[in-house]
Amino acid sequence: MCDSISGFAVNSATCSTCVHVPCTIPLTTLDCTGAMKLELSKVVRGCRLGLLTSIGQTSQHSLEVPGCLLYTRCATVPHLTQDTLHTLHNLPAVTQVTLESLAEHQEILEEFKHGVRKFAGLHDTLLFCTLHDPATTHPAGHVTNKTVSVWGSGGRIELSVAKFMAMQAAIRPDCYESMADGETWQANTSRKRVRKAVERTLSHLDECLELHHKTQELKGSAIFGVVEGGDILEERLRSARETAKRPVAGFVLDGFQSTSMEQELREQLITAVTAELPQEKPRLLRGVGHPDEVIAYVEAGVDLFEGFFPFQVTERGCALCFDYTATPDPETAGTSPPTVLESNGVEPAVEVLKENGEDSPENMSRFEMNLRDTRYRDDFRPLVDGCSCYCCKNHKRAYIHHLLVTNELLAGVLLMLHNTAHYLGFFHALREAVANDRLKDLKSKVLQ
Amino acid sequence: MAAPAAESGPCECKSDMASVKAVSSAFPLALRIVAECPVSKARACVLTLPHGSVNTPVFMPVGTQGTMKGITAEQLEQLDCRICLGNTYHLGMRPGPELIEKANGLHGFMNWKRNLLTDSGGFQMVSLVELSEVTEEGVLFRSPYDGKEILLTPEQSVGIQNSLGSDIMMQLDDVVSSTVTGPRVEEAMRRSVRWLDRCISANKNPHRQNLFAIIQGGLNAELRRACLDEMTKRDVPGFAIGGLSGGEEKDDFWKMVTLSTDHLPREKPRYLMGVGYAVDLVVCVALGCDMFDCVFPTRTARFGSALVPWGSLQIKQKQYAKDFQPIDPECECPTCERHSRAYLHALFKSDTAAMHHITIHNISYQLTLMRSVRRSIVEQRFPEFVRSFMRRMFPCGEPYPSWAVEALASVDIALD
Repeated sequence: MCDSISGFAVNSATCSTCVHVPCTIPLTTLDCTGAMKLELSKVVRGCRLGLLTSIGQTSQHSLEVPGCLLYTRCATVPHLTQDTLHTLHNLPAVTQVTLESLAEHQEILEEFKHGVRKFAGLHDTLLFCTLHDPATTHPAGHVTNKTVSVWGSGGRIELSVAKFMAMQAAIRPDCYESMADGETWQANTSRKRVRKAVERTLSHLDECLELHHKTQELKGSAIFGVVEGGDILEERLRSARETAKRPVAGFVLDGFQSTSMEQELREQLITAVTAELPQEKPRLLRGVGHPDEVIAYVEAGVDLFEGFFPFQVTERGCALCFDYTATPDPETAGTSPPTVLESNGVEPAVEVLKENGEDSPENMSRFEMNLRDTRYRDDFRPLVDGCSCYCCKNHKRAYIHHLLVTNELLAGVLLMLHNTAHYLGFFHALREAVANDRLKDLKSKVLQ
Repeated sequence: MAAPAAESGPCECKSDMASVKAVSSAFPLALRIVAECPVSKARACVLTLPHGSVNTPVFMPVGTQGTMKGITAEQLEQLDCRICLGNTYHLGMRPGPELIEKANGLHGFMNWKRNLLTDSGGFQMVSLVELSEVTEEGVLFRSPYDGKEILLTPEQSVGIQNSLGSDIMMQLDDVVSSTVTGPRVEEAMRRSVRWLDRCISANKNPHRQNLFAIIQGGLNAELRRACLDEMTKRDVPGFAIGGLSGGEEKDDFWKMVTLSTDHLPREKPRYLMGVGYAVDLVVCVALGCDMFDCVFPTRTARFGSALVPWGSLQIKQKQYAKDFQPIDPECECPTCERHSRAYLHALFKSDTAAMHHITIHNISYQLTLMRSVRRSIVEQRFPEFVRSFMRRMFPCGEPYPSWAVEALASVDIALD
């Protein structure tokens, strides 16, 4: 698949795949997609380069794909105030909020009446509401035929579709994923259970779509359908095909966040799923954040990711430092924005972190450095040479080390700023690489 | 024992030897008195320090370990904070003076371009560390990090502060709790005077770093007087009033403050250590103090307590869950411009940013309060400011604290 489609734009409301489907939604109510449009400028070896426009009610915003959402908890980017957040440039136009972190505030939001964006004093951003927080794990075994559960600060909150939709009405997101039974990612989930998850999720979707139309507050917002199916190909395909028949604006690929699933199998399943989905609708992959996996799944046809990885890295006292500079094309060199590590070519930070050894936090990936390590005690370099984030422009590794060792709150602030900047820089480089046919170079850089 | 009004009027300080000598421009500090209250002892000054000028009266937020509790240096600058504190004890332990020296001092280490004041480390040693023993040589204590016995002498305290490179250093003093009485108080006061001399001679950077003396003497007026007499003979750029704000009766507290300002030279800054409650600040400005510090506004913020002109709001309380107005509708801080009590209440359940929002608000509250105080002094309406401030803080017939009434009456400010 090497086709390159330029300027290819399809308004999803006019999409032919929505017709002739035996779903329960009457065709006259096909406006669950909002006005969202995905303009693909290039599709090469599975990678889709494009622009998502007319998202939500305001239609002022657009989101480049492949891309990621801005991760939040309770509608705040962890550790950051609006002032510190806006030291970052080129923030994604879409912010992820999670029903999980907002469910306990339902009554308050309902009384407030103006949605989460205004409630949280957020900047001019679009909101994508997902069910779960991708950075936390949930106890299994709390899904029924009619309900799913989320966990707030006061414990478990059980959601029926009606409650789920009432929450959405209170949150007023621009996009949201339908309610889904996403509990099939654990190893050894039986075929029967996987099948049930697919069916439940489809039936939740139908109910969500039906309620969506009756909900004035959700006028103009778009529903993404959730594709389940565990590690069973037929179930994945069935889930994808059935979901694609519904008038959804896009798709969320759920259940791939497990480490128990082999990377190869995941790639195969995702490739198979995306092949079933209409080209002109965006696909968001839940729960995956490592840069190498992001590249692999972009090649498998994924457009969007949740931006939670920088937060996880921050929480373990680490800083992202992987190199994502694809070898510059002599012809385009200097025309694209400089990427982070260009001036640091002699001393790749990745090599530094390989030596981290035993002191490393348990879940640390090879894309980061552990600033708690005593080696950084008197290291007066920025986290990443050439990085233009607030942290790197103003502070040295020794200072971050000190803040971590003394448990100071500023450590989280500065690391979150850097890690977010670095991760967004990676996605920028990824889009550049797809645009300039240099994905292979980027891949080898990231994987080195 | 309110001081007679005549003695507390402005410009009445005795022109003793010390104050004449202090006019010397050898210090990296200049104090320009912009206005004095014609009624009370309040004054508005511009204090020029190596890292810029500071308008007084000033509240200095405390950034104990080289950071202001989750607030970036840029945010602190945007609040127009001109001077903040670092703690020598903490920084001396971690990351240590050598490392900070390598980072071009504390300014470089934390990337703060404005003024810094560091304490001597003595107070923390007495208050935080068990097993501390004070001898003529210094304070002996056991490191809480590695258990080693460490002796902090006046020379070492100043040495560490020289490495930190603060704009204002504090002498090592022999601190006794303000509730202690008896011969120990006098011993501590006399020793503090001797240690002041040792600190002055130990200062390697007298042209870059100001060393302030700390007036001791507990709650005993005679001892305070004696300490003031001795210390004002020394050529130091400024004075702190120490040994207070440690759980003593407020009636004793304000009398020691006013006694001290009565005998401190007019042309040098007066720093009242450890004071930060709004009422205390306003009263002690009336008593003639210029500088204040306290961990309270930032510490209380992290527990969800937001300061307002009528007291404080415990934002985590249920009553604020559906309260969609800002902490203080009249406040212009970044938190109040954007966020409601209800949102902060909700956010407190999930993220540290909730603390940052309130920390910013509380620092802003303190700095704004002091700016309003200063403006009223400059505009010669300080007594009226005090009256309306107190009315707002104690509304609906809530009685004023008697100590504040007395303290203000002692400088001819009558509350209504």
